Amino acid sequence: MRGWLSLLAIGLLLAAADSNAIEEQPKLSGLEFVSPETRSLQADDASNPGMLWVLRGEQLWQEPAGRSQASCASCHGEARQSMRGVALRYPAFDAGAGQPIDLKGRINRCRTDNQDAPALEHESEELLALTTYVAHQSRGMSVPPVEDERLRSVIEQGESLFRERIGQLDLSCAACHDDRWGQRLGSSPIPQAHPTAYPLYRLEWQTVGSLQRRLRNCMIGVRAEPFAYGSPEFIALELYLMQRAEGLPVETPGVRP
Amino acid sequence: MSLRCMLILMIAGMPFIASAQEPLQPFAVQADSIERSLTGAPGDPARGKALIEDRQRSLCMLCHTGPFADPRLQGDLAPDLAGIGARLSEGQIRLRIVDMKRVVPSTIMPSYYRVDGLRRVAPAWRGKPILAAAEIEDLVAYLTTLKD
Ligand code: HEC
Ligand code: HEC
Repeated sequence: MRGWLSLLAIGLLLAAADSNAIEEQPKLSGLEFVSPETRSLQADDASNPGMLWVLRGEQLWQEPAGRSQASCASCHGEARQSMRGVALRYPAFDAGAGQPIDLKGRINRCRTDNQDAPALEHESEELLALTTYVAHQSRGMSVPPVEDERLRSVIEQGESLFRERIGQLDLSCAACHDDRWGQRLGSSPIPQAHPTAYPLYRLEWQTVGSLQRRLRNCMIGVRAEPFAYGSPEFIALELYLMQRAEGLPVETPGVRP
Repeated sequence: MSLRCMLILMIAGMPFIASAQEPLQPFAVQADSIERSLTGAPGDPARGKALIEDRQRSLCMLCHTGPFADPRLQGDLAPDLAGIGARLSEGQIRLRIVDMKRVVPSTIMPSYYRVDGLRRVAPAWRGKPILAAAEIEDLVAYLTTLKD
């Protein structure tokens, strides 16, 4: 009996240590794991290819759209002020829909409900440009703790997705990004999987892509069926990653290999 | 859990394998090894070497280092495979490729010859083992030659 109890105690200790893995370690942006060349691409706005999406987003911000012929600017004015810090709050709880919504979803909601325009495709240039532009207004600001109690259960769902083994290779996100960051998978260093540079320019994609596109890449890598764009599972994962990145600064638009 | 005194007899060949595939060959696990070849015949070490160096298909080099081509492309998540043929017997190597989880239940090494107990497998891979029996035998034949 005593043996069992101490085994149980050790088990609980290990489980606690395990689930805190990332909190006990230094938090490092994915930027820390890329080559010096890629770092300097991101550091200089004149060479960062993601800045083209920021510029395109700035144009779209001013353009009237839909039956309302309103632009984002008609309602929100100068994005530099009105959108400052906004990306830090997403995914957020959408009281109208009774569920969480991410930044892209929020922008699309403004399109359909306020501009009376058709929703934009998830990885369309326009939606990526607008999302990159809005997130860019928070560059340099750190991710605050999530305080909305309605998001608690969503964070938990995201965490269990992060820890679940999936795919033909039967690996979890945590196996790589909590337990083995800094080590190499083939020639690629494994980052800690922080979402703070998205949307970002990936050299492999030759374009800007969303966080969900990156998550799909990791899922396809373990030969799992990826979640659908905009699905509740992806929003839960995004939210879990965001609270896990608390304290890190936003980098949008990042550059990655 | 003691592996030494455990004798597990496992009959694979799951009923729900898609009809187009060859069913998994049955195999017997004794202690921590599978003594008999999965195909009944020995593999080919030269094909095994080529397969281990084919990162897309065998995936071994994503995690392992070893005396293979292009060290820069080798990961560092798993033990070095140099000298593995001196450390482990042929049967032990076979079980570790077939289903490492029987040796180390929490391992990250995928089970290469197992189709059950998996979640959200992409349709293209569903019901298929990562490698075919003959490919695993080629790997076993090659790895047993790595004596130092
Ligand atoms: C087998 C290892 C492995 C698994 C499992 C894995 N990833 Fe990754 N992940 C990587 C590697 C390696 C990279 C960096 C690749 C690159 O940039 O070329 C990466 C990149 C990322 C990034 C981008 C970080 C940045 O700075 O841009 C995020 C976010 C991420 N992964 C999340 C996840 C999530 C969520 C899961 C589970 C659904 C997951 N990963 C599963 C290996 C893995
Ligand atoms: C995703 C990572 C991963 C992949 C892919 C992988 N392995 Fe492993 N392998 C491991 C780990 C980790 C161990 C050590 C066991 C443990 O502690 O989990 C291991 C152990 C082994 C061992 C026993 C080593 C020893 O010293 O006892 C052999 C043999 C082996 N692997 C062969 C292979 C072969 C052959 C392939 C490809 C067909 C392969 N592995 C693919 C992660 C991997």
